[in-house]
Amino acid sequence: MKTPLDHLHRELGARMVPFAGYEMPLQYEGILAEHNACRTGAALFDVSHMGQAQITDAKAFEALVPGDILGLKPGRQRYTLLINEAGGIIDDLMVANLGNHYQLVLNAGRKDADIAHIAAHGIAVAQKFDRALLALQGPKAAAILPEAATQKFMDAGEIAVAGIPCIITRSGYTGEDGFEIGCAPEHAETLAKILLQRGATPAGLGARDSLRLEAGLPLYGNDIDETTNPIAANLTWAISKRRKTDWDFLGAGPVRDMLENGAAEKLVGIRLTGRAPARAGAKIQRDGEIVGRITSGVFGPTVNGPVALGYVRADYSDDNTPLDMIVREKPLAGFVAPTPFVPHHYAR
Amino acid sequence: MAQKFYSKDHEWVEIGQDGLATIGITDHAQTALGDIVFVELPEPGRSVAKGEACAVVESVKAASDIYAPLTGTIAETNPAIVEDPALVNKDADAAWFFKMRLADATAFAELMDKAAYDAFLETLS
Repeated sequence: MKTPLDHLHRELGARMVPFAGYEMPLQYEGILAEHNACRTGAALFDVSHMGQAQITDAKAFEALVPGDILGLKPGRQRYTLLINEAGGIIDDLMVANLGNHYQLVLNAGRKDADIAHIAAHGIAVAQKFDRALLALQGPKAAAILPEAATQKFMDAGEIAVAGIPCIITRSGYTGEDGFEIGCAPEHAETLAKILLQRGATPAGLGARDSLRLEAGLPLYGNDIDETTNPIAANLTWAISKRRKTDWDFLGAGPVRDMLENGAAEKLVGIRLTGRAPARAGAKIQRDGEIVGRITSGVFGPTVNGPVALGYVRADYSDDNTPLDMIVREKPLAGFVAPTPFVPHHYAR
Repeated sequence: MAQKFYSKDHEWVEIGQDGLATIGITDHAQTALGDIVFVELPEPGRSVAKGEACAVVESVKAASDIYAPLTGTIAETNPAIVEDPALVNKDADAAWFFKMRLADATAFAELMDKAAYDAFLETLS
């Protein structure tokens, strides 16, 4: 499949790669330049492969997620999880209260499964997968998008940009300030060109991955999946207070059990002491014994060193615990490190 | 100027007057790899067979093996690209990886010359 910005990507000289059934830009100028543009200026990502959808029945939807949706005020957005009966994560998603409806933003590779799951529980859900979604991220994002500059982190609203009706949230997946901007597909290229003209640098999936990993944000399919209990994935914060009292969402039993009795293994940040990255799949060893595995690993351009996320046995999950990552059959020294690896810069 | 030869793994090989073969990766290879952030080179003295993985380059996103283009012994490695891996992106034709003493000094005849390599690149696009 192609996103509404396919033509623009090719015009800008993107290297296109298959991702979640879509042809997506991996990079334009280069991952390092695009990563740095996002940390110091503003980068524009096409994330139209992600699934936009609408629901209206927040009460019914709450039965499927651990977040407080009824308490989500109009104009506000929240990160939450769809959880299965066994306590595993079906998807992680954003929910925004837009007044007359709630907007969901779903992972590309999960959006069909999500819609089927929500509908199977008798909740009316309208998929809007044809809509475009742009992410404008970086310290200069608000200067480039003054139309939304009064928003605070996780605000959401319907705002026009150069006459184009958009749904804008002040959020993202890079750790930087910024916006995600949804619009009708026929307006996507015009909108993208306006943002590029205002000074944003086009950025691809390569930079998106290095940015999110430095920000310590898990990637569905790598760091979390249907077998992952949110407690093990360090997502306890995504269970709202009221939901932790009532435990009235699908999969609440196994989640509560792990919260109360502890996780056998935990998702942690890992830094390596050398320059060579440990990638997804690398085994984690301690005193010759396998105690975990890397689920995402990259050379962090801002950190100027390798960073990773991985699961380790709970007794080795404390910060600064020394670990060896097995890369090309050799141990690379590293240690458990707090995330984010690069501080978040949200407009709170 | 010494003549350069090329392998199908996108390495260049330059035969010097001292009989040593200097090996690097081509501009095509560095473009395909993207921003190189880490280089691991073989130990001098190591014997390598043609096609054997003997060095590693890591871009932000992925690791790639560099193969010995011919059989021989590693004589010397280039510390400059370990110190500053971006040199490989800046000038792949100058940023050499290692020098080898070839087991068979005439073996470079198995490799492609510039015209043949350019023609080979055409077949890939």
